[in-house]
Amino acid sequence: MSKEIFVVAYEGADDSTLLNYAIERARKEDATLHIVHVLEWSPYTFLTPQEVEERHTRRKHEMTRAREAIIEPAIAIATAAGVEATGEMRYGQVVELIAATATAKGAAMIFVGRSGSNSISARVFGSVPLGLAQIAPVPTVIVP
Amino acid sequence: MKTLHALTAATGAALMAAPAQAQSIDATINQMFADYTGWYVNLIFADLPGTNFSWIALWLVVGALVFTVYFGAIQIRGFAHSIALVKGDYSDPDDAGEVSHFQALATALSGTVGLGNIAGVAVAVGIGGPGATFWMVIAGLFGMASKFTECTLGVKYRNEYPDGHVSGGPMYYITKGFKERGLPGGRVMAVVFCVFTILGALGGGNMFQSNQAHAQLAGIFGDYPGWITGIVLAVVTFAVIVGGIKSIAQVTEKIVPFMGVFYVVVSLIILAMNYQMIGWAFGQIFMGAFTGLGVVGGFTGALIQGFRRAAFSNEAGIGSAAIAHSAVRTKEPVTEGYVALLEPFIDTVVICTMTALVIVITGVLNVDADTGLYIWNAEAGRISTEGEVSGVALTSAAYARAFSWFPYLLAIAVVLFAFSTMISWSYYGLKAWTYLFGEGKVIETAFKVIFCLFIVIGAAANLGPVIDFSDAMLFSMAIVNIIALYFLMPIVKRELNSYIRRLKSGEIKRFKH
Repeated sequence: MSKEIFVVAYEGADDSTLLNYAIERARKEDATLHIVHVLEWSPYTFLTPQEVEERHTRRKHEMTRAREAIIEPAIAIATAAGVEATGEMRYGQVVELIAATATAKGAAMIFVGRSGSNSISARVFGSVPLGLAQIAPVPTVIVP
Repeated sequence: MKTLHALTAATGAALMAAPAQAQSIDATINQMFADYTGWYVNLIFADLPGTNFSWIALWLVVGALVFTVYFGAIQIRGFAHSIALVKGDYSDPDDAGEVSHFQALATALSGTVGLGNIAGVAVAVGIGGPGATFWMVIAGLFGMASKFTECTLGVKYRNEYPDGHVSGGPMYYITKGFKERGLPGGRVMAVVFCVFTILGALGGGNMFQSNQAHAQLAGIFGDYPGWITGIVLAVVTFAVIVGGIKSIAQVTEKIVPFMGVFYVVVSLIILAMNYQMIGWAFGQIFMGAFTGLGVVGGFTGALIQGFRRAAFSNEAGIGSAAIAHSAVRTKEPVTEGYVALLEPFIDTVVICTMTALVIVITGVLNVDADTGLYIWNAEAGRISTEGEVSGVALTSAAYARAFSWFPYLLAIAVVLFAFSTMISWSYYGLKAWTYLFGEGKVIETAFKVIFCLFIVIGAAANLGPVIDFSDAMLFSMAIVNIIALYFLMPIVKRELNSYIRRLKSGEIKRFKH
């Protein structure tokens, strides 16, 4: 029987509490982690012609940076702790993409940090944990 | 930054210290331009014998008509597919983070929506009567095929560099496309196109815009020296195009579309407030289109004005949109053509028509109560209006009938539209510049600094003949571009047929349903 998959909505090194907690749970449950870092992106924002031209190169840089500075170190931490881990970086709306990834991977659980949910904008527009609480397809753990 | 400050300060000091001298410099430059370039301006804007219809407007409209027929009314049969592309129905989720079709459309539109939609329409309706609106819409609908053709070629023949950046536009498709078809003269035509583009960018895409922005601000704050507006605009533009200060561009990019949408919404509210007159207004537009309703020149007067303003407003056939769209990364050149054909629709068919309807409905055009015909002001050469105003002032007066605060908002909108048009044209000019002189930081910065200096000159000086000359350059772009499009349209047809075949077979996938 294949191992259960836990999706981790990972923002970066500041989310170490979240990552450590997810690793801990994965080890106890003998699950694998799928670490997802989402760069907020809307196809409806407006760009100058110069920005349109530079977008492809910027995207390549952003993806390389996210892979090298965020995803790969997180996978290394998990692997060092004895937990099998994979990772990916995606563009779009965080809540929608984490939920979609969980569905696509057939994940058993989602782990998300509470960071930022106290800010004014989070209270007005809703935060990632609140959004996931509403649309997540699987049980979701909000790590304080 | 330092260089521009020094240069603009020097320009400002010179203008402040010696206004009389500046005036005489204006006069001298005007005279010089009138003497040496007047013949060219007259040639470009010359009327066809026996009419007051400039041949260049006919050139653009005939081109649009040819492309419409050649591509089997692509603007009608491809309209739904264009909307589906812009909605992202065919966008691969794995490509998220790349420029979307919506963004490509919005960026290209920010270069065209502006004074043409506000002032140009008022001029058309003021001279040609409500019937001009009908012909403007017809010309806008045909223009969609021109945009389709030029933007497909723009993407197909762009240059892609190893670092990922791209350069494209008519100069590239003329050179590569002509070579591919074994036609001579491609390189020469491309160089000529670039010269026209650079001069057009500095004039119509820059000096004219800053000049009109200053006129609007002076209307609100009272008369003050134009160089002040010029320096402010130049510094802000410099910060965006040279300094790469994204925050200014981002604020403008958010405000400009908002202004555009707000303009349409206010127009719709005014139309809703006068809903009982909408039928009458359309009646005026249709009757005027074929009878003129008292306009001098009758049916042809309305037709000429409508065609002329549409051609000048949506830039279809000029080649500028091809430069903007070629920067978009897409696997299928035809998709950019599909997206681009929406631009004349939004610019001319929607926004220009809104302006025209509001002008007609609010009754700012004076009508003879006995005959029901418009009163002709022979001295001004246009229909008599409330306060005998024309251009932006006429649009402003029409909207003020419903909302007294609207003129202030309109003035701000004109300034912002002018700014976004300048940002777009700085890019078009730059691409022509780098085609001629090569790519490189120093070469590119040199053009950007020159561009910013011309903003100050445009706002500060009353250089009518200089602006006429640069407008002539802008439309000269269309001469070269449309000739090239006639030769290269079979390539577009091949691309289109292949795309439609793969779309039907399911090879090109729809991701959203």
